[in-house]
Amino acid sequence: MANLKDLKTRIESVKSTRKITKAMQMVAAAKLRRAQEAAEASRPYGERMAAVLANLAGAAADAADAPKLLAGTGSDQVHLLVVATSERGLCGGFNSSIVKMARLHAQNLQTSGKTVKILTIGKKGREQLRREFAGSMVSHVDLSSVKRLGYNNAQDIARQVLDRFDAGEFDVATIFYNVFQSVVTQIPTARQLIPAEVEDGGESDRPFYEYEPDEEEILTELLPTAMTTQVFTALLENAASEQGARMSAMDNATRNAGEMIEKLTIEFNRSRQAAITNELIEIISGAEAL
Amino acid sequence: MADMMQFDLVSPERMLASLQASEIEIPGAEGDFTAMADHATLVTTLRPGILKVKGADGVSEFVVTGGFVEITAGSASVLAEAAVPRADVTRAIADQMIAEAEARVAETNGIARDSADKRLADTRIMVQTLGL
Repeated sequence: MANLKDLKTRIESVKSTRKITKAMQMVAAAKLRRAQEAAEASRPYGERMAAVLANLAGAAADAADAPKLLAGTGSDQVHLLVVATSERGLCGGFNSSIVKMARLHAQNLQTSGKTVKILTIGKKGREQLRREFAGSMVSHVDLSSVKRLGYNNAQDIARQVLDRFDAGEFDVATIFYNVFQSVVTQIPTARQLIPAEVEDGGESDRPFYEYEPDEEEILTELLPTAMTTQVFTALLENAASEQGARMSAMDNATRNAGEMIEKLTIEFNRSRQAAITNELIEIISGAEAL
Repeated sequence: MADMMQFDLVSPERMLASLQASEIEIPGAEGDFTAMADHATLVTTLRPGILKVKGADGVSEFVVTGGFVEITAGSASVLAEAAVPRADVTRAIADQMIAEAEARVAETNGIARDSADKRLADTRIMVQTLGL
């Protein structure tokens, strides 16, 4: 049986761990609310952007000189995977689920003879992917110093992706992130950035639009913006998911710590009682021997 | 009372306004124009400028730095890159807008340079109009 002093220190240490996980859970809950608000606030823009793009793209997609961002380069040999993860750990399966999905995707592409390039956002994803795809990592975006995600963060990332696309470094870009469903469920999602994925609305009842300047010019400006919006949405969804995942992970940890404290306390009491009984037996048998 | 149309102003970070408006003055890329109900459906780009909305409770003004407008007979949606209510624009925000436009001029060349130059000029004019 473990000695009493060891048990006591053990209980104390689990108690302070519980305090920490409890605090982290509450911090995550507060951050989650803010992240959720930010994600919701950006939704109208994203929806409208998709609608405008769908209108324009429907008209322009068939044209022979459609922009490459919409129609693609005509090849799908080189794929860029943008993997968005968190900067910090202790958030359950949040990062692993994204990485798992990205890894599977990358392996599928590689077995079918395609070239895979990986751009990571957040250091947790990079750490996990680096082991397997060391040669494929092309770039990394560090958001650890960003306190509040802004549109400019998304712009920086989108610009980097666009520059690489213009330089002919890849043909298809896909972003991986978690969609926030609830505190307990986050859905790992892959979304194609380039060529732009266009929602298919009812074609017939669409009004006829006038364009100023012409369609092409608007499209060349709209496509990068639409892509930036997708990146921004992904970042915000990811931020909310991260906090949600952390909150439930820390809630579990707090509960586990509580159970452990209970068990250890019972063991401690038993040992103490056993020690007392032992001492009594010794005294009594000593007295009897006299 | 003039006919009203639904006006929405959204930026990537939030929704700034959603109201019934009778007149909307828009700084379009190819010139200012005013949209009223039953306007022809139109999609256009914005230049940096001041957007004025006449609603039921007076005129509200917003400073926009660029983006898109989609106008249909009954609604106008402005997708601004960044938008700030005019009253909230401080000298610091205006300076930052100019600095951003300048940075864009510095890092582009060729055809893109022309539009960056125009953007900078538009931003300067806008800030001047604001009279901060």
